[in-house]
Amino acid sequence: MSAPNDLENLIDLMARLPGLGPRSARRAVLHLVKKRALTLIPLADAIARVAETARECLNCGNIGTTDLCPICESEKRANGELCVVEDVADLWAMERAAVFKGRYHVLGGTLSALDAIGPAELRIPKLIDRVTTESISEIILALNATVDGQTTAHYIADQLEARVKVTTLAQGVPIGGELDYLDDGTISAALRARKTV
Amino acid sequence: MTTVTELTLSHLRSHHRTSLQLDERPVALFGANGAGKTNILEAVSLLSPGRGLRRAPMDELIRRPEALGWKVTSVLKVGTSVHEIETWAEPGHSRTVRIDGKAAPQVALGHIARIVWLIPAMDRLWIEGADGRRRFLDRIAMSFDPKHAPTVLAYEKAMRERNRLLKDMVRDDHWYVALERQMAETGITIMQTRQAAMDRLLLAQDGAETAFPAADLSLIHPDSDLPDTADAFAEKLKESRPADLRAGRTLFGPHRVDLAAVYSEKDVPAAQCSTGEQKALLISLVLSNARALAEDEGAPPIILLDEVAAHLDTARRAALYDEICALKAQAWMTGTGHELFEELESRAQQLEVFEEDGVSQVRQ
Ligand SMILES: Nc1ncnc2c1ncn2[C@@H]1O[C@H](COP(=O)(O)OP(=O)(O)OP(=O)(O)O)[C@@H](O)[C@H]1O
Ligand SMILES: [Mg+2]
Ligand SMILES: [Zn+2]
Repeated sequence: MSAPNDLENLIDLMARLPGLGPRSARRAVLHLVKKRALTLIPLADAIARVAETARECLNCGNIGTTDLCPICESEKRANGELCVVEDVADLWAMERAAVFKGRYHVLGGTLSALDAIGPAELRIPKLIDRVTTESISEIILALNATVDGQTTAHYIADQLEARVKVTTLAQGVPIGGELDYLDDGTISAALRARKTV
Repeated sequence: MTTVTELTLSHLRSHHRTSLQLDERPVALFGANGAGKTNILEAVSLLSPGRGLRRAPMDELIRRPEALGWKVTSVLKVGTSVHEIETWAEPGHSRTVRIDGKAAPQVALGHIARIVWLIPAMDRLWIEGADGRRRFLDRIAMSFDPKHAPTVLAYEKAMRERNRLLKDMVRDDHWYVALERQMAETGITIMQTRQAAMDRLLLAQDGAETAFPAADLSLIHPDSDLPDTADAFAEKLKESRPADLRAGRTLFGPHRVDLAAVYSEKDVPAAQCSTGEQKALLISLVLSNARALAEDEGAPPIILLDEVAAHLDTARRAALYDEICALKAQAWMTGTGHELFEELESRAQQLEVFEEDGVSQVRQ
């Protein structure tokens, strides 16, 4: 027995989401349809609004609903510390741990010659600008312990360490381990034990 | 000791579903050409990191014509602990590993069981290119230090990135520095680990009572001396950038190192030894590797010997069996005829492998 077209389409789309597969997507859609007023309609509205408003912060690359994200807006976060991450998910993981009081910079990936991703494809030129315009005193590199992540870290350090203190998270972070998968305690320990490169 | 106590091959090459229950004795697999013996050894080799003893793409292992994907399930006893290992690949996907029911990276396999092997393709190891010898040495190094595998992968990845920059004539110095830094750090570790593995092998060989010939081993680099600190290494990479740019690849580093062997007793380089002598040298090194591991880890590795018995004269063959039994290693050996394993008698579990309607079967 197959579900009618629109539903099948929704299930297909849901099944592509991280963490969901065809079976869980089917269960989720069935649940939504059964709880139309309570979950389906509010969810549809929320998705429609986010589709309209979600955008990258022009300054740091965080995802929010305004041109400047709340972190870049807040003067309190302008403490001179700038934490560089690969992906928005890493930024959100750091925020969840609630141990970092400065601002962020999302690169949007890592250097990879083999994948034709160079500095210009990442937000590296913007990072170099921000060091001056926001009078940054410390750059904290929170990049993954993969070869590409570390290449990117060395790349940034090599360019900036003459101008500003550059540190990295302590290597409690497992090889290839991604920030997003670490628990809050590990993140705060890694931040406290950061060291200069 | 390290023992495979259960092994199931599902849809792997010629095997549809082959399930074996084993004890700690060596395993002798005999049967006609094409029966599916090497495929069983390959399945065991997949309980260690990498692509297995044939270095085959994971899709090639999928049983045709069904093309559903393959799976190997195994129970391994290491000392007093028992681990369940599952590894499989679906068409178009890389392989997945689960250890004791939990998803695990491939390199984690290296921490559970040490597995070393000798296959017919290695018969020409001493006369062919340095690649094969370097891989042979790296497998030995990995058996002593499982961290060697990820370090080699990291070095190679950074080098491929650097080679790409060289080929594309990229001139961004910071980018080179970043990659060379990582090549230097991993490269130094690789060279130290290889040296330590070689020294350990020589030590094990010195004290051994064996019928197999001793080898004088050395590491050679086509280029001048290799630097011995990461800083010196990075500096050297920087210096060689112009030459590397012209060549379009990295001309210097541990990826160029070769393993040289000399048949000690005769003082003849391995490449000039007879076919049988070359093979004997390889067996000798594998046995030294096993002996060293037995001493250091308290457990000999699992040893896979594909078609080794057939190439030895009766006396050497008997000696090999005696040495394996003395090591208490679960050695998996293949051969076409039962008579090859007669000297082993009940010291080994003898399994007959045969093919029926295009499917491999095993009679235990
Ligand atoms: N992907 C595959 N699907 C189905 N059969 C395969 C696949 N790959 C290899 N085979 C078959 O597996 C069979 C057994 O191979 P294997 O190498 O294990 O034989 P063997 O018993 O070691 O023989 P030999 O004594 O000649 O070395 C071969 O006939 C080969 O054609
Ligand atoms: Mg074979
Ligand atoms: Zn922002």
